Amino acid sequence: MSGFLVYVARRFVQFVLVAFTGVTLAFLIVHLSPVNPVDQTVSLMTTFGATDPASVAMLRSALSELYGVNGSLAHQYIAFWSRVATGDFGPSLSAFPTPVLTVILRAIPWTIGLLTLSTLFAWTFGNVLGALAGYYRDSRLLKLAGIVVTAVQPMPTYICGLTLIILFGYTWPIFPISGGTQMNLSPGLTWSFVGSVVTHGALPALTLVLVSLGAWFNSMRSLVSNVVTEDHVVYAELAGVPSRTIFASYVARNAMLPQITGLALSLGHVFSGAVIVEFLFAYPGMGQLLIAGINAGDYSLVLGVTTISIIAVGFATFLIDIAYPLIDPRVKLG
Amino acid sequence: MFRILRDLLRSNREFLAGAVMVSAVLLLVALSFVSPYDLMATYTVPPDLPPSGEFWFGTTSRGQDVFWQITAALRNTLAFGVVVAGASRVIALVVGLVSGYAGGRIDQAIMALNDTLASLPNIPILLLVYFVMRDEMNWWLLALAASLLGWTYDSRLIRSVALTLKTREFTRHATFSGMRMPQILLREHLPYVMPIVFYTTMNNLIWAIGLEVTLSVLGFTDINRPSVGGMIYWANASSAMVAGVWWWIAFPMLCVAILFLGLFLLAMSVNEYIDPRSRLRRLRTQ
Amino acid sequence: MNQPTGLSPNVLTVEDLRVYYVLDLFGVRREVRAVDGIDMTVRRDEIYGLAGESSSGKTSLIKSLVGAIRPPMRVMSGSVRFQFGGREIDVYKEPEAMRPARWRHLSTILQGSMNVLNPVRRVKHSFTDFAGRHMGLDRAAFRRRVEAHLDRLHLPPSVLDAFPHQLSGGMRQRVCIALATVCEPEFIIADEPTTALDVLVQRDVLALLKEVQTRLGSSVVFVTHDLSVHAAISDRLGIIYAGRLIEEGTTAALFAQPQHPYTAHLIGSLPRMGDTRPRSSLVGKPPNLAAPPPGCRFHPRCPIAIDRCTRDVPPLQTSATGGRVACFRAGEVAAP
Repeated sequence: MSGFLVYVARRFVQFVLVAFTGVTLAFLIVHLSPVNPVDQTVSLMTTFGATDPASVAMLRSALSELYGVNGSLAHQYIAFWSRVATGDFGPSLSAFPTPVLTVILRAIPWTIGLLTLSTLFAWTFGNVLGALAGYYRDSRLLKLAGIVVTAVQPMPTYICGLTLIILFGYTWPIFPISGGTQMNLSPGLTWSFVGSVVTHGALPALTLVLVSLGAWFNSMRSLVSNVVTEDHVVYAELAGVPSRTIFASYVARNAMLPQITGLALSLGHVFSGAVIVEFLFAYPGMGQLLIAGINAGDYSLVLGVTTISIIAVGFATFLIDIAYPLIDPRVKLG
Repeated sequence: MFRILRDLLRSNREFLAGAVMVSAVLLLVALSFVSPYDLMATYTVPPDLPPSGEFWFGTTSRGQDVFWQITAALRNTLAFGVVVAGASRVIALVVGLVSGYAGGRIDQAIMALNDTLASLPNIPILLLVYFVMRDEMNWWLLALAASLLGWTYDSRLIRSVALTLKTREFTRHATFSGMRMPQILLREHLPYVMPIVFYTTMNNLIWAIGLEVTLSVLGFTDINRPSVGGMIYWANASSAMVAGVWWWIAFPMLCVAILFLGLFLLAMSVNEYIDPRSRLRRLRTQ
Repeated sequence: MNQPTGLSPNVLTVEDLRVYYVLDLFGVRREVRAVDGIDMTVRRDEIYGLAGESSSGKTSLIKSLVGAIRPPMRVMSGSVRFQFGGREIDVYKEPEAMRPARWRHLSTILQGSMNVLNPVRRVKHSFTDFAGRHMGLDRAAFRRRVEAHLDRLHLPPSVLDAFPHQLSGGMRQRVCIALATVCEPEFIIADEPTTALDVLVQRDVLALLKEVQTRLGSSVVFVTHDLSVHAAISDRLGIIYAGRLIEEGTTAALFAQPQHPYTAHLIGSLPRMGDTRPRSSLVGKPPNLAAPPPGCRFHPRCPIAIDRCTRDVPPLQTSATGGRVACFRAGEVAAP
């Protein structure tokens, strides 16, 4: 048991390292750029009037305080971290005066729901299909499935989503193509609300699944083709063990292990996909927030979303990492 | 080398398909140099015309010939992808080889940095760069940022090859015979590393182009320069779908699909050809 | 152990077996003749040893015996027939009949016991998977049976709850022997079962195998390149060279009076206490099975080859010592 705790501790340190590096990178990008965020925001705000110098000066000093551009770089860095620790990113400019954290918290459940469901589904389905295709090599059906899935694999997420919008939004309008739910519904565990959430989430989820299925399918199929040649599988076949048992216990279980590691490594990529999909389908999650924030010049919001997403992705990776030794008995702990 | 290409073209259907697709795209790119219009300008032809004998792919709501726009768009997008793939290849090679050969603590430190960078989500960071730079943003800056993010996966692969090469017999023979390190690296080891570099280059190219398309579509690059994503951005901005100007969206999307599929098929088939295990697998199913 | 009286005393009959690797890639067709016309029989209650250098075709022969042939390997002609419980099964004419026979009548012990057991499951599951369906017992009774069997092989029952990587190499190989014999099969094929083990463990494993074989009265085909192991365990010995059987006979006769120059060389190269004579190695390289030499395949390296050997293939005939040998000048080599 203690070996496991040591393992968890080590992985946690790794998580902290990743989060730290990522957030520092975000900080550096923002604070080392030649563009001054205060100037930028002020110019954005004064484009449409309000050129009274006194109020501009007040705005400028308020913003400087808010954006933490006062003092030396080191000073700013420490101030920044203390703000991250308390989750205080200041008020969102585009939704003034709502604090950025509140805005983000409202969007998080949408993103987490969408991402968790679609990632788990794509991973499971892709792996099962790939394993079957790798084991039963002569099946025409599986070969066809493979071609379909592989053809979609290289497409950029946006193109995939756009295709789905055209197909299901215009040609055969089954699913709604924007929004999280219908506008006028009040949230709650009612059938109409939940149903609405599901139908609105269908196309975004489908996009994410389609885009990632190919990778899981092909990598699993290739893994299985190699595992099938390994001694223990050959031996079981020589012993006349029925092929269903061989597939489940000898092949799939062994081939799955690298895929779990692969899942952990793919989370950053998965989140990037979610940003695009949410924008495309106007899905009220963190990705949509990020892009809207960029377009509105909402500095605090953008920084907040970036920071939180980096930390969240790192944490999810950490969770998967500590689950791995529970599945692979060969991992030596401690 | 040409014998390999010939064998692949003859016997590997995927390679052939991929080669055909990519050649078609390259042809379009070449055509962009003889375009009759100035492709940065707008309203050079009547807008919103459907595909016809005169305008093969129709015209956009901004008065541009879709066909010629696509040729320039493909050229810019491809150029971006090539630059990013090349730059990140160089970084990946340097990092991977240095890490593999140095070994020990240096290797561990470099790989720790590598893995940390690899697990960060790319798009938010690139978006942040765009957001911060905004008006100063240009093509080169984006390419630089993308290259700095794209090398992490490949450097690990190269490092593992370097690690095995370091301890192989022929390396020790070379060292004993008096060859110096740079010579060894160049003459003995590079041929082993090259196939992996090729495969990762194709993958990276696909990734970089995908990145460019995505960012352009969101409107986050220089939108006056024709690019495939940019065309779709403008189409969306002008509500092309609703207005029924479907050709403005359809043709760029089709070209993107062909380009990606072609590159992907090439990468997959070459990789399968190089990997002896997969060649054996092909034998087994015959 | 009751011995059913079958139609013949042979448990295994191999007739003119030819197994080739057929490669057809990029317009070039190649046939690697791994097994090129082998006739042999294995009797009840005997240990038949197979010896030969690497790439002599012994592994391909083993695979063809158990029916583990996959493309690009193909059985070109010949037959492999087993006698199980009074019934004859032709491996390649009745492949469905082999399925229920596997493990119950025919089992294998493989080399490299490192990966032979499923690494992600405990040893007991391998027993259930391989032997459970033949025994027809409920879980508790099956477990007791397996533990009793393990006990006879001097293995503790705790082995069942371990993962393969938690056992040492010797333990694992003993578990494999237990696994292969738990159904008390009539035929066991062992492919280099002791090669990866150190000498002391090797001795124990060989003793165990002999003990089990004696008790069950099974036939064993024991494959190894190590002649000293054959001397310890095999009753009869067959020497394979380039996909063909070139000599066969009782172990004692073969060691005392080898008839074929290749056998003589193999036996002569075994170290003996007090013998300090310098050894000479065979000239040349092992033959290319895709383009083997004409006539007798050994002639390029044979110290007593004559003109005839380059043209005609020497047939496998009865030798002076009562076994079989394929050589035009059999018996003319000096005894070691």
